[in-house]
Amino acid sequence: MNSGDTAWVLMASALVLLMTIPGLAFFYGGLVRRKNVLSILMQCFVIVCVISLQWMLFGYSLAFGPSFHGIIGGLDWVGLRGVGAAPNPAYAATIPHSVFMIFQAMFAIITPALIIGAYAERVKISAFLVFTLLWSTLVYDPLAHWVWNTGGWLRALGALDFAGGIVVHVSSGVSALVLAILLGKRVGYNHKPIRPHNLPFTVLGAALLWFGWFGFNAGSALAADGLAANAFITTHIATAAAGLTWALVEWWHNGTPTILGTVTGVVAGLVAITPACGFVNPMNAMFIGMMVAVICYVAVSIIKGKLGYDDSLDAFGVHGVGGIFGTIATGIFAQKAINVAGSDGLIFGNVHQFLVQGLLVIVAIVFAVVMTFIIYKIVDAIIGMRVEEKNELIGLDLTQQSEAAYTVIE
Amino acid sequence: MKLVIAIIQPHKLEAVKKELEAVDVNLMTVTNVLGQGRQKGVTEIYRGAKEAGGLLNKVRLDIAVNEAFVDPTIDAIVKGAHTGSVGDGKIFVVELAECIRISNGERGGSAIG
Repeated sequence: MNSGDTAWVLMASALVLLMTIPGLAFFYGGLVRRKNVLSILMQCFVIVCVISLQWMLFGYSLAFGPSFHGIIGGLDWVGLRGVGAAPNPAYAATIPHSVFMIFQAMFAIITPALIIGAYAERVKISAFLVFTLLWSTLVYDPLAHWVWNTGGWLRALGALDFAGGIVVHVSSGVSALVLAILLGKRVGYNHKPIRPHNLPFTVLGAALLWFGWFGFNAGSALAADGLAANAFITTHIATAAAGLTWALVEWWHNGTPTILGTVTGVVAGLVAITPACGFVNPMNAMFIGMMVAVICYVAVSIIKGKLGYDDSLDAFGVHGVGGIFGTIATGIFAQKAINVAGSDGLIFGNVHQFLVQGLLVIVAIVFAVVMTFIIYKIVDAIIGMRVEEKNELIGLDLTQQSEAAYTVIE
Repeated sequence: MKLVIAIIQPHKLEAVKKELEAVDVNLMTVTNVLGQGRQKGVTEIYRGAKEAGGLLNKVRLDIAVNEAFVDPTIDAIVKGAHTGSVGDGKIFVVELAECIRISNGERGGSAIG
C-alpha cells in the first residue's frame, strides 16, 4: 500500500466525475436549443445516479470480477462483497481495491453519457433510462471485461488501451452513430448543425473536460509515478495540438477560426490520446493531436453533412472517429521505452501490435453496433425511444420534465 | 398624433437618445429585435457548416409624438443613427388613433408628453 498512490487515484476519481458533471453536461447543454438544455443536464445527472448504483450492485463484478472464460465477470463481487481496503494486486498492488473500484465507476458513468450527443433533443426520458441501464450492462461491462480484466480475452491478445480509447470512446461513439441512424433526424434538421443556444456553456464544459481528463488519463497509471506524469504530459500536448490544428484548418477552409471548432478539436485530441497516453512520448503525442483534428474535422464538417444522419452533437464524429484513430495510433507510436508493460508500435518495427490494435477496433465496432441495435429495438418496442413530434417541437424540458431553463417574462 | 418606429444599429442607441433629448423628446420604448435588410443577414459557421441568413441584432424604438414633434424626432434619429452604410436602419411613421395615460385616464395629445 502506498498513501501517495491512493491519494492520487482518489483525487483522479473525483476529476473523472467532474468530466461528466458539469463538464460534459455543459459541453452538450450549450450545443442544444434553449428548449432542451435541461434535458441534457438531467440525462447527465441521472446517469451519474443510475450507473453508480448499477456499478456497486453488479456492474463492477461483471466487468472486473473473476473472469468466466475471458468473456464476462462472475457475481463474486456483487454488492462490492469483498471489495475493501485490501489491495487487489491483479489490478493495482499499491492502492485499496475499493479505490480502484470507485475510479473505474467514474469511467462506467461517463461512457453512456457520451452517447447523449447522438440522441439529444428527441428521446423520451423513460426510454433513455432503460436504454442506458441495458447498454451499460450489456455493452460497457463486457467490453471493459475483455480489454481490462486480467482474464479478458482481448487483453490476453496484447491489446493496448491505456485509459479507455476503445472501452469508453469507440464503444460510445459507434453506439451513438447507430442510435442517430435508428432514431432519425430531429424535426427540421437539414444536413446542417442546428444553432447552439449557449456557446459559452460549451466552452466552459470543454475546459472542465480538459481539466478532468488529467484524472482520466494520468489516473489510469493507478499510481503517482513517472508513468502518470507521462500520461499527464502527452494528454496535455496532444490536446493543445488538436485544438490549434482544428482552428487552423477551419481558418484555411472557411476563412475564420471559431471557438466551437477549437474546443471540438480539444475534445478530439483528448479522445485520441486516451488509449495512447501511457505508451507514447510527447513528440508523438503532438502528431496524434494534429492528425486527429484533421480527421475529425473531415468527419464532422464534410462527411456528416453529405451522409445526412443527425448525430446531433457529434458523439460519433468526435468520440467514435477520434477513439478509432487513437487506438490505431497507439499501435503506431507505442514504445516500450515509455512503458515496459506496453509494447513497441509500427514505427518501432512491431507490425504485430498494429494488427492487434486493428483487431481491437473491429471487435469493438461489431460488438457495439450489434448490441446497440438489439437494445434499441427492444426498448423502442416496449416504451418507444422517440418523443412525439408535437413534444419535440415544444421541447423536452417542458414535455418530459415540466420545467424551463430560462424565463423570458418575469 | 403619430407613432414613429425606428429600427437602428444597436451601437447607435446612445447617440439617438442624446439627439432626441436635445429636441425634448424624452419618452420612448426600446426593444432588442432581430432583422435583416438588403445585405441579407450574416453567415454563421458551426463545426464547419455554414449557416447563411442569420439575422442581425437591431434596436427598435417606438415613440409617440404630437404633430409638431414628428419632423424634429425623425431628424434627431437620422442624425444620431446615420453612418452612411447599409444596415443603418429604417424609420416608419404611422397614424396614431389614440393615446391614454394609464395613471389618470388622460386622453389624446396631452397624454403623449
